[in-house]
Amino acid sequence: MIDPTFSHLSDLAFEGAMAGYLVALVCHALQMASHHVRRQSPAAAATPALVAAGGASMTADTLSDRSSAADGAPAGEAEPLGRGTEHRHTRFAEQIGRAAVIVTVIGFACHVLALVLRGFAAHRPPWGNMYEFTLMITGAAVATWLVVLWRNKFARPMGIYVMTPITVLVFLAGTVLYTRSAPVVPILNTYWLNVHVVAISLSSGVLMLSGLASAAYLGRLRYDARVAAGVVDPERSATRLPAADKLDRIAYRAAIAGFPFYTFAIIAGALWAEVAWGSYWSWDPKEVVALASWVVYAGYLHARATAGWRGKPAAWISIVGLATIIFNLFFVNMVISGMHSYAGLN
Amino acid sequence: MTVAAKHVIRYVVWLGRALWRQLTSMRTALILLFLLAIASLPSALLPQWYLNQTKTATYIKDHPWLGPILDRLGFFDVIASPWYSAIYLLLAISLVGCVTPRTIELVKQWRAKPGRAPRNLSRLPHHAVVTASDDPAECAERIRIALRHKGFGGWRAVVRTEDNGAVTVSAERGYLREVGNLVFHLSVLGLLLTMAIGSLFGYTGSILVTEGDGFCSSAPVAYDNFAPGRMVDGTDMAPFCIQVQKFEAAYDANGMAKFYRVQLGVQSGAAVHSDRYTEHMLNINDPLRIAGQRLYLLGHGYVPQFTVRFPNGDVRTYSAPFDPQDAMFTSEGVVKITDPPGYSGDAARKNQLAIVGIFAPSGLVTDGILTSAYPEMLAPAVAIQVYRGDLGLDAGQPQSIFAIDTRQVDKGLLVSQGRKNLNLGESMTLPDGTVITFTGAKNYVSLQTSYDPVQGFALLFGILLVGGILTSLTIKRRRVWYRITPAAEGGPRLSTGSRVDIGGLARTDEAGYGAEFGSLVALAGAPAMTPESAGEPAPLTEEVPRSEKERVT
Ligand code: HEM
Repeated sequence: MIDPTFSHLSDLAFEGAMAGYLVALVCHALQMASHHVRRQSPAAAATPALVAAGGASMTADTLSDRSSAADGAPAGEAEPLGRGTEHRHTRFAEQIGRAAVIVTVIGFACHVLALVLRGFAAHRPPWGNMYEFTLMITGAAVATWLVVLWRNKFARPMGIYVMTPITVLVFLAGTVLYTRSAPVVPILNTYWLNVHVVAISLSSGVLMLSGLASAAYLGRLRYDARVAAGVVDPERSATRLPAADKLDRIAYRAAIAGFPFYTFAIIAGALWAEVAWGSYWSWDPKEVVALASWVVYAGYLHARATAGWRGKPAAWISIVGLATIIFNLFFVNMVISGMHSYAGLN
Repeated sequence: MTVAAKHVIRYVVWLGRALWRQLTSMRTALILLFLLAIASLPSALLPQWYLNQTKTATYIKDHPWLGPILDRLGFFDVIASPWYSAIYLLLAISLVGCVTPRTIELVKQWRAKPGRAPRNLSRLPHHAVVTASDDPAECAERIRIALRHKGFGGWRAVVRTEDNGAVTVSAERGYLREVGNLVFHLSVLGLLLTMAIGSLFGYTGSILVTEGDGFCSSAPVAYDNFAPGRMVDGTDMAPFCIQVQKFEAAYDANGMAKFYRVQLGVQSGAAVHSDRYTEHMLNINDPLRIAGQRLYLLGHGYVPQFTVRFPNGDVRTYSAPFDPQDAMFTSEGVVKITDPPGYSGDAARKNQLAIVGIFAPSGLVTDGILTSAYPEMLAPAVAIQVYRGDLGLDAGQPQSIFAIDTRQVDKGLLVSQGRKNLNLGESMTLPDGTVITFTGAKNYVSLQTSYDPVQGFALLFGILLVGGILTSLTIKRRRVWYRITPAAEGGPRLSTGSRVDIGGLARTDEAGYGAEFGSLVALAGAPAMTPESAGEPAPLTEEVPRSEKERVT
């Protein structure tokens, strides 16, 4: 029943993905590290002031990366630059950042391929055990990250925040969670389950990105606070992270994309439980923790609409949400045996 | 009434109001949501009675100090604990208190016109000035029509003339956002309610039925296990009867099940207790729905059968379902013989027999241990140990159908008579001459009946929930104002035309308004030649939203 060739090819593709992500991480790390020598030229610093005064023209691409000149992110050729070394450093950061994105895309292609080949190997959709499921979630997180990058080039330097945890998860999938390709038991072989699992893993991936963006946001806030306190001299070590409000916005966007999707996924799970277990909600540990995650994200959205809770507290809530999702994925599957114990790790 | 009494009443009213305001505030909602999330966690971290009784009991025994305390506090039955109920009740009340005024407000606003333009548009988070070639009245009408166009987002717009002659267009869109938000919150409330009602008035019952046997759901006692809601007394259950005609399963070469299903004869309604049956093939993931009840196929297993020839010459057949322990259906169980013939009264009770052991549909003995190599019945075998004595069934405590009470063995009331591995047709002779022959096995299916009178509503609320949240999160609530004055005031250069001041305010996602605001500006006309932008190409930059302002209106 299991096709060994496909199974083997899938493992190779997985290694490709792992390699791609590792290289991407190194590139991001180099990009972050290259900030120390950078110095902002007076001309670049003056740009935002001009804008505030003008205010007369707003065009459709106000969100383009040109504005990132004000954030200390690389602005490419458009930015007037003083001395040669600084220029070289910025150019280097820009190029290495681009390289990171390219290898991420390659890694992602391998990642998708690994899943597809697993499906061919077992003649079933590739989400039947923890290994495959973790690949689904991390794949969804990388896909969301690529969408964010595609829409907002300025977000590139937060790659280190995004790719580090994702790479760790992919690594864990390939080592601790790895299971041979195999068919699934009949109860798992149904329509609603497929809808449920796909929706849960994809939406968890999107929500995961939201949490990571919130982490980057907190990182940037800390930097800003240290600049304000005079501990860090922005002239000497500018951060490459995008402005705090932009990171916050990416986190929010990902959350509002992921939340309805996650809601739907839980409901699809309830529909499946209704036909499989005799009750649409059984307070199984997996269900309970999913509900807790859902409630935490509802809390996040509320916090963003409540005076005094916006910004930092909301970001922390988003990170707690991320923690509950990872807790549900690993701890509940592996340590607690409920009715969802199909992890295939014995 | 005395003055003091009046004071007290006034104080109570004041306190009530203050409490209500607190409870229905956003902050409280936030805290309650958090509490709910935290309070849910013990049910995932600790064993729960409703999920696994043996595990919970073991846990409590293993933690002699903490276990009983946690048990008393409800940590092993979190969902039913008073503190968990308190949190979601408070949340429900908070929701009602929050949603009601907002619904009233929404109905009031339904026909309201967009509000007047603020005096100084340049103070809004988004602001621009452009010139238009038509005069103010024409310009305003042109803007109003353009805004109302569906393709542009279907703004609700109104034109007003101010005292000083300036013409304004006020426009707003995204009213549906609030509707979606309310639908979402009401659905949460509805779901909480349906779940509560369902658990009060619903029930589940489970039973194992051997192939060839039947069962009628007329009363709770018909089930092996019956879990009623608090309002269920078991008197008015709509009965149905089934007959398990044939069990079918197919496995691949590795013993992985491809499917399993059971052919049933079903009677419901008037047909109950007649001899008319309708045929139904019951599959997993596909319950049979009968008059509000649902019948599920949850699992299956084997019922080994033994023929026992007693010393007095009586020959009888006994069987019992065994519990599958692995994917190959190596199963454990016990056949309890409670009324051995040839004994009477107390002697009968002291000479009960128990055939305890392992059943394997495709037996394989390695190192003397029997396991199954394949789930299908290719070479059935058992490894049994026979006990004689008092099974302890009269003690009043319910016993597992898969095991004997080992305390009876410890007390010496049940004594082993020997053990043996038997293939099909083989026998074991006990010291007293009783002969036990293994004669084969049948299939059993484990079935469950569920009843929840309101689960259709749960689905409805689920759909509304998703629809509501999608509407609420995708629709943006935006406002824009145009103040149009004759351009002539600006100087003699432009004798006709208008100067248009534009201000924008987003009630949600302020930063995302930028791009859209650009097109709202473009709608009005060409950019005005202002001193700042005259000399150089305009810098294209996202303006910084003045974030704290976004909810002032
Ligand atoms: C189980 C309880 C609750 C859940 C799951 C929940 C969930 C949510 C979610 C996901 C949103 C975001 C939708 C949006 O931004 O439009 C939201 C918004 C909102 N919720 Fe709740 N909520 C709950 C209880 C409450 C309560 C008790 C209140 C009243 C105090 C409340 C008041 C609001 C308000 C005013 C908004 C709109 C915020 C905005 O303008 O963005 N919610 N809620």
